[in-house]
Amino acid sequence: MSATEAAAIGLTHAGSENTGLGHRGPESKSIVVPYGFWLFVLSDIILFSALFATYASLVHATDGGPTSNELFDRTLVAVETGALLLSTFTCGLAMIAAKRANMLWTQVWLLVTGLFGFVFLVIEITEFAILIGEGAGPHRSAFLSAFFTLVGCHGAHVTAGLLWIGTMMAQIWTKGLQPSFVQRRLLCLSIFWHALDIIWVAIFTIVYLIGTLP
Amino acid sequence: MTPEEPEFAGEGPAEPNELMNVAPGEPHDSLLSEVASYVVGLALAVLLTAVSFWVASTSTLWGPGVAVGLVVLAIAQMGVHLVFFLHITSGPDNTNNVLALAFGMIIVFLVMIGTIWIMAHLAANMGPPPELTNLHLQH
Repeated sequence: MSATEAAAIGLTHAGSENTGLGHRGPESKSIVVPYGFWLFVLSDIILFSALFATYASLVHATDGGPTSNELFDRTLVAVETGALLLSTFTCGLAMIAAKRANMLWTQVWLLVTGLFGFVFLVIEITEFAILIGEGAGPHRSAFLSAFFTLVGCHGAHVTAGLLWIGTMMAQIWTKGLQPSFVQRRLLCLSIFWHALDIIWVAIFTIVYLIGTLP
Repeated sequence: MTPEEPEFAGEGPAEPNELMNVAPGEPHDSLLSEVASYVVGLALAVLLTAVSFWVASTSTLWGPGVAVGLVVLAIAQMGVHLVFFLHITSGPDNTNNVLALAFGMIIVFLVMIGTIWIMAHLAANMGPPPELTNLHLQH
C-alpha cells in the first residue's frame, strides 16, 4: 500500500511519534488480512500434525495386508516433489511480477504454477487409483486409512489451491492488479501455496522415504 | 502528513513510511534481491530434497541413523521454505509472524511427539504380541 493510500483511509503512521507501537492505529488491511491468513495456515499445519501423528501410530497396523515398503514408488514421488517445488518457485515469481503491476508475467507465472500443481495432482490421483486397483484402498487396513487421510487431505488442499489460482487469474484479468484487494488476495494465495509445499516436505520424508527404507 | 524520516529507516529506499510490520510472504526489496531470494531458496530446496532421496536409497550410511537424518533434512528444508519463500525473518517488522509461527510449532511438536510417545507405550503394554493384535483387532 502506498503512503497516500494509507493516509486516505487514516492508517498512516508517518508523522506520529516513534515511541513504539502504542501510539499508532491498527496496521493497514493489506497487512492485517495476510497476517490473519498466516494464522489460519498455521492452524492448518496443526491439523496436519494430528494426521501425521495418526499415521505414525498406525503405520505398522497393516492387518496382514500390504506394507508401505511394498506399495510406494520413489520415482513417482520424486517427480511429484519436483513439480510442487517448481510450482512454489513460480508462485514466488508471480508475486514479484504482481507487485510491479506486470499483468502479463503475473498471469504467465500463475498459469505455470497452476500447471505444475495440476501435474502433481494427476500423479497423486493416478497413484491412488493404482493402489485402490490393487486392493490397497483405504478400507484395507488402519495403515492405509491413515495414509489416504493424510495424503488425500494434502491433495484436497492442492485442489483448492488450483481453484483459487484460477479464480485469481480471472480476477486479475477482469479487475487488474489492484493493490487494494487483488494484490492482497494474491499474497494470501502465495502464503497458502508455499505452505502446501512445506507440508509436502514432511509427507515425502515421513510417508514415502522413511516408509520405504530397507 | 509530514514527510519526516523515521530514525530507524536506515539506508533503504527513501520511502517516508518504513514498514513496521510486514505480512508473511511479502517481499519488500529490489527486483534483483527478490528474485535472488527465490532462486537461492529453490537451489537449497532442490539440494536438500536430492540429499534426502540419496540418503534414503544409499546403503553406505549406518541404517538406524537414516530415519533421523531424513527428519533433520526435512526440518532444514522447511526452514529454507520459511525464510526464502515466505520471507519469515528475524527483523523487527516480522515479530508477529515469528511469534505466531513459534506458537504453532509448539502445538505441532506437542501433538506429534505426545501422540507417538503415548501410542508407542500403549502398544508396548497391551498384552498380546503385535501380530496377534493386527490379525484380530485392526481393520
